[in-house]
Parts: sequence; structure tokens; C-alpha cells
Amino acid sequence: MSAFEKKRYYVVLVLLGVLTLVYLVHLFNIQILNKSYKQKADQNALRYITEHPARGLIYDRNDSLLVYNDAACDLMVVPNELRPFDTAELCKVLDITKEDVEKKIEKATKYSKILPSLFEQQISKEDYGYLQEKMYEFPGFFVQNRTLRSYPNPIAAHILGYVSEVGEEEIENDPYYKMGDYIGKSGIEKAYESVLRGKKGKRVVLVDVHNREMGSYDNGAEDEVAVPGTSIWCTLDMQLQRYGEELMANKRGSIVAIEPKTGEILCIISSPSYDPNLLVGKARPKNYCDLLEDPKKPLFNRALMASYPPGSTFKLANGLIGLQEGIISAGTVYSCSGGGYHIGSHVVHCHNCGGLNIYSAIQRSCNTYFCRLYYNILSNRKKYKTVQDAYNAWLDYMHSMGFAQKYETDLPYELKGSIPSAEYFDKKYNGHWNGNTVVSMGIGQGEAAVTPLQMANMLAVIANRGYYIKPHVVKAIGSKDNRNTEYDEKIYSKIDKRHFETVLQGMRQVVTSGTGRGAKIDGIEVAGKTGTAQNPHGRDHSVFALIAPVNNPQIVIFCLVENAGFGATVACPIASLMAEYYINREVKRTDLEKNIKEMRF
Amino acid sequence: MYSDSIKRNSKGFDARLIVYYLALVVIGWITIYSTCYLPDAKMAFFDFSQPYGKQLIWIGTSLLIAVAILLIDNKILQHYAYYFYIVCLLLMVLVLFIGTEISGAKAWIKIGEFSIQPTEFMKVATALALAKFFNEGKTSGEKKYIWLIAIGMILVPVLIIMLQHDAGSALVFASFFILFYREGMSAEFLFFCLIAAFLAIFTLKFNETYAVALLTVVFLILFIKDRTQKKKARRDIILYVVSIVFVFSVNILYENVFEPHQKERIDTIMGKTSDPKGADFNLNQSKIAIGSGGFFGKGYLKGTQTKLKFVPEQSTDFIFCAIGEEWGFMGTLVVFALYIALVVRILSLSEKQRTPFARYYGYGIAGIIIFHFFINIGMTCGLVPIIGIPLPFISYGGSSLWAFTTMLFIFIKLNDN
Repeated sequence: MSAFEKKRYYVVLVLLGVLTLVYLVHLFNIQILNKSYKQKADQNALRYITEHPARGLIYDRNDSLLVYNDAACDLMVVPNELRPFDTAELCKVLDITKEDVEKKIEKATKYSKILPSLFEQQISKEDYGYLQEKMYEFPGFFVQNRTLRSYPNPIAAHILGYVSEVGEEEIENDPYYKMGDYIGKSGIEKAYESVLRGKKGKRVVLVDVHNREMGSYDNGAEDEVAVPGTSIWCTLDMQLQRYGEELMANKRGSIVAIEPKTGEILCIISSPSYDPNLLVGKARPKNYCDLLEDPKKPLFNRALMASYPPGSTFKLANGLIGLQEGIISAGTVYSCSGGGYHIGSHVVHCHNCGGLNIYSAIQRSCNTYFCRLYYNILSNRKKYKTVQDAYNAWLDYMHSMGFAQKYETDLPYELKGSIPSAEYFDKKYNGHWNGNTVVSMGIGQGEAAVTPLQMANMLAVIANRGYYIKPHVVKAIGSKDNRNTEYDEKIYSKIDKRHFETVLQGMRQVVTSGTGRGAKIDGIEVAGKTGTAQNPHGRDHSVFALIAPVNNPQIVIFCLVENAGFGATVACPIASLMAEYYINREVKRTDLEKNIKEMRF
Repeated sequence: MYSDSIKRNSKGFDARLIVYYLALVVIGWITIYSTCYLPDAKMAFFDFSQPYGKQLIWIGTSLLIAVAILLIDNKILQHYAYYFYIVCLLLMVLVLFIGTEISGAKAWIKIGEFSIQPTEFMKVATALALAKFFNEGKTSGEKKYIWLIAIGMILVPVLIIMLQHDAGSALVFASFFILFYREGMSAEFLFFCLIAAFLAIFTLKFNETYAVALLTVVFLILFIKDRTQKKKARRDIILYVVSIVFVFSVNILYENVFEPHQKERIDTIMGKTSDPKGADFNLNQSKIAIGSGGFFGKGYLKGTQTKLKFVPEQSTDFIFCAIGEEWGFMGTLVVFALYIALVVRILSLSEKQRTPFARYYGYGIAGIIIFHFFINIGMTCGLVPIIGIPLPFISYGGSSLWAFTTMLFIFIKLNDN
């Protein structure tokens, strides 16, 4: 080899070396230094499909199905995978406009470019079949199987609640949720969301360049199986709930029935209500708006969120406090004459009942008796130095019976109700007030405000002769035998057991020979108390409180019908029919039933 | 030993070259299998309807060819080199009339199930013919026209290949300049070629106006410098005019000769277009495949980009994507090591040849392998335009494997003497 040739041989080798170096540096850069290719590859070829589990079912206390699932499909979109597609075709299939498409894609892009967003929810089975076949024409779109809530009976809408897409806030607060997921928004669906929702699964599939699924990635090593939601048995009695809703048709008001031994809510009715099937599926947003704008406020859950003056049913609690405080005994007689209870020129009207003991005072719902009693409770200077002390002691009793507080069990959006404190009156009357100033609270008017649920709970305290269990709505989780033990605690009121017998005796007389004779049921010893709650906005509310049977109470019912007048005329027969239906599983007073159903307020 | 005609002067076949060859072929088959692999599909090893099954046939027949070459007398190779060259040329011309078009190039002869691409064999034939030509030409003393004739021997097949619309294969013949350089072609001439290439690229990247402007500036500088020397000044003017003619002919070539898809590819590599769904979609996907491999790769059979058809031609021209994706930078290093070792071995053995014929031939085929290798890898990772030529020994395809096997084993045989 000549020197010339040798030189050229080496030049060739050096060129080869330089070229190799350039290539290896470039490849080192794209394979190792630059991470974006890895990410792009996953976006290219891997599709993370969320497997949505079926939500848990909801049964009533007798195994009747209240809520189940229907199959549905959602069309999802991944903005980064979008390629130009036939917009007109998609619009035709989904029956939407081109602007809708643009808006939806924009919204999805705003949420995430690489995560799937909901494009169109609950598409019909026919559209699904059509789209599935043509999916390759719409890269970036895919169809996801979902389940939809469905209700065999259009009842208990408020308490069951509804399910809908998660909002931005929920996504922020809980990383479990992704755009397009469903979440329980109210009622049992919300309170038991973590139980009912199950656990989402994940499937990683390979998608080819034509948007077709080509099998699982890495033999399914990253897949997670969806765990179906756990079923729930609620305390409601579906038939009683339905019966109550029928009775309350065309009326505004509420019925709350509790099994006092357990605190289990047997039915909770707020009227007017709505068909829960309305808040499912594609039509949900529109129906929701309609319901929201309905002047009758069907979405408003009166049983928990409306606060009413308690009316005469409050007298039961005051009677109990009077007995406990020793202000009266069973034999103490107050006389009612002169048209009522006089405070200066102001008169709390009554019917000149004559001399009354506690039994007949309850039986006749005597205002004078309970005004005097309330005044005497607050004027007990032997025990309390000031009216404030006496008032606060009284307030303590009320608290112990479950008033002016939220139970915070599994019920949605409870209102606390309110009974003001002594400080409130100090402020209002500049410190100059006595029993007579606030005497209207003795008969359930004035500043006291309670919810139907709290009133029903007070009835449970009376029925149990001294204690209550927080009212709740879920009986068992997972299986019927797996009792929900969270709310087993007995909460005792500050009233001795013996005093309850006295009041119950009075309530018994209400039904046998007093204001609530309409509540009589053949074969069942019913105790009750009428109420007529004065209402500054219109006609009085008709109120009735019922306990049956007296000696072994199975059910307490509080019924309030707005603007229906005397308790005896509307609320009383409704409560009575409910009790008859619950205990006997049939109603013999069909004429009464028919009358009630036809009443409108 | 003396009684054995084959081994009479044998040093023994070069084991290293054979090992490199086998390693590359095996890597090729394993990778082809992977590109066909889908997790849910049943994969029979000898499914001859699938590329990996067919490739087994190609590998088997290639080994037969290799053995056959090693058995024949290498004088025959030298003797029939021109005939081989002419037969291939005739086949190429025949393709123009009876050929089948595959992906835009009318370069295939279809025989039953299989297609043969004479172009692949043309490369071997040209290497042999040039070796023979240099062998005779350099001794005959007619050195005057030696480069012109040599370039002519390249240009004839190149023109036919251009007529077949197979620009990529035509470009491969430029690799013979490595041989020319080694055999003494003047560096100045090569420098002119480089300048021409630069001008061509500059013209394509910008436009002829800018190219002319650039040339004018350079010319004025040179001219002012050389204005006192008449000879040099005249040379500058001639160069200037020739360059301008060249620039315009490049433009005319680009506008009128190239197919639209070729133009798009050129535009893409020149950075004139950047539409990810259009022309450089393939390049993008190819880079994503290689780039997503990381250091150790995704693991054998676990590549996603290549299997799911994001990368086109994943078992032929873009097979390096599958290697880059599944074996990562490790795989890249192994492949580079094997090729560089192979090529350097051919070059160093060529330098040691007693007969210049073997050296000419060695440089010829080393150039072809180097060119194929760097163009093919370069196009998959975005360093050069997408030019559809296979990765030697690895890419799926009978013609290519047969031709490269023939090419290499002729050298092994020549080296043996």
C-alpha cells in the first residue's frame, strides 16, 4: 500500500467514524434525552379505557327494588387523537349542530388534551351500533359502556337523590373522579356514594393507526377489573312511601314516619315531588331546569328543609317539661275562661275550656293551659334566678328531645331549625322580658321553627318513653344481614320515663274523644295530637302527630299539609290512613281514602 | 491439501464476516417476526403467508446461494463479470416493459407469489464489472478516460432505474465514489461534487433566486481577488456561468422530473412543510417509535408503534423502528457495532488483497453497504429524506437478502484466494 493509498484508506475510515458518531449522538438524543417521544408513543397507541362499574342497587326494607341500573353508552373524545372527520355525518347521527360539536370539543380540550372527556352522553342503542361500525372514520372518538339509574316506581325522589356527571369542583377535591364520571348528587346516592359507586376498572388497549382496538396491552398487566358497587337496603317501606305520596297528591306538605325502636325512617314524603326517572339520562339537564323553575318547587325537600312553626303538637313537649320540672303534676288543674290567656290587652284565644288537667288539656289542645304552664316554667324563681336561666333550662330540654339541631346521619341537606336562645330575647327586648313576652312558644307559635323530621323524632322520644335513635335511612349495606350499626346509639331526653305515660294518656284521649277523633283505627290503639300552625304567609297549616299502637309503638307519623287549615280535617286522617296501612297492610276506610286523595290545597 | 482444488490456496473463509452476516440476518428475522406479532393472534413459525415465514425461505435460499458461491472457482466470477453486468442491464430494461409496480416503482418482476427486483442484483453486477474494469484499465495504461468510462458504467443502470421511478435505488450508485476516491480520483473533483450537492440542496431549500444571489456574491469576491490574473479570472467566470446553469437545472429537475410525493418528501426534509398529518406523518411516527424505546427498549414483542401500523413498511424499509422501539439505544448500539465491524472488516481485508480485483470489489460493496445503512437509518430517525431503500441483511425481502448475500459472499470467496 502506498502512502497515498494508505492516507485515503484512513480518510474513508475517519469519514465512517464521523458519520457513525453523528448518527449515534442523534439517536442518543431522541431515544434517551428527549422524553417527548415516549409520551407521544403512548398517546398514539395506548388507549386507557375506564371500566365503569354498575352502581349498587337500592332496596327497601322488604327487599323491594327501588333503584336499579340500565345499560347505556357514552361517546367519549380524546382531543389530541382527533383528525379531520366528517362533522356533518356525526351531527346527523347524534342529532346535534356543528356548533355543538365545536363547543364540546373545546370543552374537552380545556379539561385535558390526552384524557378522554364525555362528548355525548347516553346515546341510543341504534346510534351506538351505527357508530361502533364507523368508529374508524372518527379517530379520537370511542364509545364507553355506562349504566344509568332507573326507578321501577316513581317515588321517594328526594330521599333517593340523583346521580349526574361530576362537576369541576368534585374533580378537584377527589382525584378518583374524572371528567364524565357520575357521582351521587343528593339523597342516599350522595350519602352512600363511596359504597354505591364501586371501584372503577381500567383497561389498557392497543389502538392502531386506524383507531381500531387491537387487543390488550402487555397481556393486560396494567388492567384493573371494575368492582361493582355495593347494594344498599334502606329503611323505607316502599309501599308505605308510595301510599303516602298518593295521599299527598295535589297537596303541599310532608309526612315523616319513623319506627321509634330503631330510628329507621319508614317513609319520608315531600309533596309536590317528581318522578326520579326525569333526572336520568339525556333529558336530565332540561328536566332539571324545568323542575327548578316550577313554582310549586318540587325539588324542595320539605321534610328536611322546610322549617315550620310546630303548632299545637309542640304542647306535648312543653307538657313533658312542665311535668319534669315539677311545675305541674298529672292532677294540676288550670282553668280556661274569658276567651283565652290574657297578657295585658293581648289575648291568646281559646274556647273557655273550664278547669283542665294535663290529660284534658292535651285532649282539647287548650291554649290557656299551655300558656300558663309555659309562663310558670319560665317564672320558676325557686329553681332559677332569672328568666334567662329558666329559659335556657327549657331550651336544654328541647335540645334533648332533638330540636334545633341536625342529626347528621345519612340524610341529605337537613335544616337545623331554630329555637332562639335567651341572648336573642335579651337583645330583642333589651333585657326586659319574662315568660309572658315569649308565651306563644308554649303553644308552638312564635320564634320556634322546626322541621317535620324533628317533629317526627320528638314523637319517637314519646313513643320510646324517653329516648330516640337518630333518624336514618339506610338499614343494611352489602347484604340484608349486614346491619348498618352506625346509628344504634340511644339518645336519652332529660325527661323521666313516667311522664311520658301521662302525655301518652292525653294523646290517647285526643283520638278517643278529643280533637283527633278522625285518627281512630279499628283494632289499633292510636295516640295523636292535632295541630294548626299559624302561618304569616297564608292559611294555617294542618298538622297531626300520631303514635300507634300506644303500648308497643311500631310507627310514629308526623304529617303537615300546608295551608289546609285545621289539623283535624286533613293531616289527621292522612296520618291515620298511613298508620292503618302500615300496620294492617290494608285500608278499610276506602271512602276516606278516596276523599283525601281528591283534596287539593 | 494439494489434492483439494478448492482449498488449494485457501487461507480459510473469513469467519468474522460470516458471523457478522449471520448475526444481522438473525436480528432481521427476529425483528420481522416481532413486527407481525399481535398479542391475540396465533403465530405459527412456519406460516408462509406471513412475512416472517417467507423470510425463513429467503434466509434458507440465501444460505444455499452463499454455499454455492463459496464452492465455485472465483476465476469464473472475474471472467464473467461483464456478462453478469449486461444480463442484469437487460433484465432491468425488461422490467420497464413487463415489470410490476410496487409502491410507485416499476421495478419488480412477478413470478407467481414472489416478486424479484433486478435492481438489487444490478448493484452486485456493477461492483463486479467496475472491479474488472479497474483491474484491466489500470494495467492497460489508458488512464485518460478511465474515470469517464467508470462513471458511465454507473450512469447506465442509474438512468434505467430512474425510468423505473425508483430514485432511491438510483442514488445508491453514488456510493461507488468511495471506490473511485480510494482508487485515486482527484480530491478536487470530489470537492466539486460536494459543492454541487451543496448548491442543489441550497436551491431546493430556498429557491433559485437566493442561490444565484449567493453565487454572485462568491463570484464577485473571487473575481475581485483574481482580477489581475487573466487566467484565474476567466476560470471564475466559467465556473460562475456553469454554476448558474446547474442551479437552474436542479430547479427544472425538481419541478418537472420528481413525482409529487417525492417533492413532498424533499420539502419535508428541507423543513419547508411541517404538517404532521401530511407528508412527514411517516417520519414523525418513525421517530416516535425509535424515540420511545429509551435505553433498554420496551422489550421484545412489546413495541406498540411498529405493530399498530403507525410506522409504515415496518418490516422492510422502516424495520429499524422496530429495533429502536423494542431494544432501545442498546439495540441501536448493537446494530451499529455489527455494521461498522462488517464494513471496516471488508475495507481492511480489501487493503490486504494480493489481487487488486478483490480490493476494487471490496471497496465497491463496502460503499453500497455504508450507503444503504446510513441512508436507511438516517431516514427513519429524520437525518436524511425518506428514500425507500432496505437495511441490508435485516429488512424483509427476498431480492434484497439474496443480492446482499451474493455481494458479501463473493467478497468472502475473493478474499479466500
